[in-house]
Amino acid sequence: MAQIESETRAQITVSDGALIPDRGESSVFSAWRISFFGALVLVVLLPVLAPDPYLEILQRLPEGIARTFQVTIVSILIALVIGLITGLGRISRITVVNRIATVYVEVIRGIPLLVQLFYIYFALGRFLALDRVVSAILAMSICYGAYMGEIFRAGIQAIPKGQMEAALALGMSRAQALRFVILPQTIRVILPPVGNEFIALLKDSSLVSIVAVTDLLRAGREYASTTFYYFETYTMVALIYLVLTLFFSKIVAIMEEKLNHDR
Amino acid sequence: MTDNRIRIENVSKSFGTVEAVRNASLTVATGEVVLIIGPSGSGKSTLLRCVNRLETATSGEIYIDDDRVTDPHGNIRAIREEVGMVFQSFNLFPHLTVRDNIALSPRKVRGIPKEAAHTRAEELLARVGLSDKAANYPDQLSGGQQQRVAIARALAMQPKVMLFDEPTSALDPEMIKEVLDVMLDLAREGMTMLVVSHEMGFARAAADKVVFMDNGEVIETGTPDEVFDNPKEDRTKKFLAHIL
Repeated sequence: MAQIESETRAQITVSDGALIPDRGESSVFSAWRISFFGALVLVVLLPVLAPDPYLEILQRLPEGIARTFQVTIVSILIALVIGLITGLGRISRITVVNRIATVYVEVIRGIPLLVQLFYIYFALGRFLALDRVVSAILAMSICYGAYMGEIFRAGIQAIPKGQMEAALALGMSRAQALRFVILPQTIRVILPPVGNEFIALLKDSSLVSIVAVTDLLRAGREYASTTFYYFETYTMVALIYLVLTLFFSKIVAIMEEKLNHDR
Repeated sequence: MTDNRIRIENVSKSFGTVEAVRNASLTVATGEVVLIIGPSGSGKSTLLRCVNRLETATSGEIYIDDDRVTDPHGNIRAIREEVGMVFQSFNLFPHLTVRDNIALSPRKVRGIPKEAAHTRAEELLARVGLSDKAANYPDQLSGGQQQRVAIARALAMQPKVMLFDEPTSALDPEMIKEVLDVMLDLAREGMTMLVVSHEMGFARAAADKVVFMDNGEVIETGTPDEVFDNPKEDRTKKFLAHIL
């Protein structure tokens, strides 16, 4: 437990999807601008300059992009709910609840997402026969729920102890104090890491193509395997992922900035 | 016994092997103002925090009127509703306006309608001289203003006891007076107050009793004049020599 306590502050800044641009970076040729507009220009120019095969590739992808969004957004919403419950469990003083939440986090973080995906779709498929998309969303939600739980825990623990004490001294229950005092402040603290998780999940959602969900990657793969335009197709797929992730990282950065300035 | 609003009887509090409070006893009569002084680490804040059970006493008993704070099965929330507390670091809720800081607990704990809670909040703000700050957020206020809001927030629950934990220690000198003036008004209106503070001026003007603590123990109790001008114990003398 002592070891877990000491990493409280680091947890909230460490993320594998750390794409959030530095706010200090104001140069016209910031890394973000070069990457984002470079990718955007290529996505537009390639189909214009070489319609065969780029325009055709582009026309085959929207359905896949929609599926990628669907999986990502539904998963992140469920993961947020799981994360809130897990985070509260991790700070619970009820030993059983605390232990269940901690074991969940340890187990899930110790298994690769791809293995979890296989496990839910193929292994559990024997008993549950879940739909492909449902399996994919379930796996992503359960996996990211564990990471989200750690973010919520770190966010709640980052609020000064005096806030809870003041609320309790005013006669509030712990539940009321969490709901009206602690969690509203937590949201501001966890927004950047949650944004990073969203972007990481957007990228990781490409894994669902392996259980035959036709997301952006799978749509490209299906096209390439019939036409053999592997280079052109995967170039386009990679560029679109890049545009999406960089776009959302900017949105998160703007939201973060706004939250820091006003409430 | 009945006119003693707070009774602290032989209270000890340990953190692991460290005994922060040792066998401390004191009483605060209804309407009385009692000041606890002592060097840092003497256990005075810990003792104060035992009174509304932010810290649980290891042994001993604490009563507020006939309610036993130290009863592990007692309804501590009901007791806390009647015991206001003001902290050294204010602990205002930074995401809420001043008005909502004051109205939150009456609304959520007492179920008072929003309108009534806001009206009451504005009355209290007028009382602490901050009528124009209702819509501001805490970080837009000075330290002294924040502490006055914190006092108003505690008063909003209409407590019968107020605890002050070094309310002026985090303030710049020029802001101390505005907070002490509010506390003086409260004392004059007959509020029962237990205050951890070294403010001699406030002690002489408002305190009925001064309690000197050192090393977790109550060393000496008396009127402000007795303790400040004619301390009986050597440790009290030594401490006063340092702060006067």
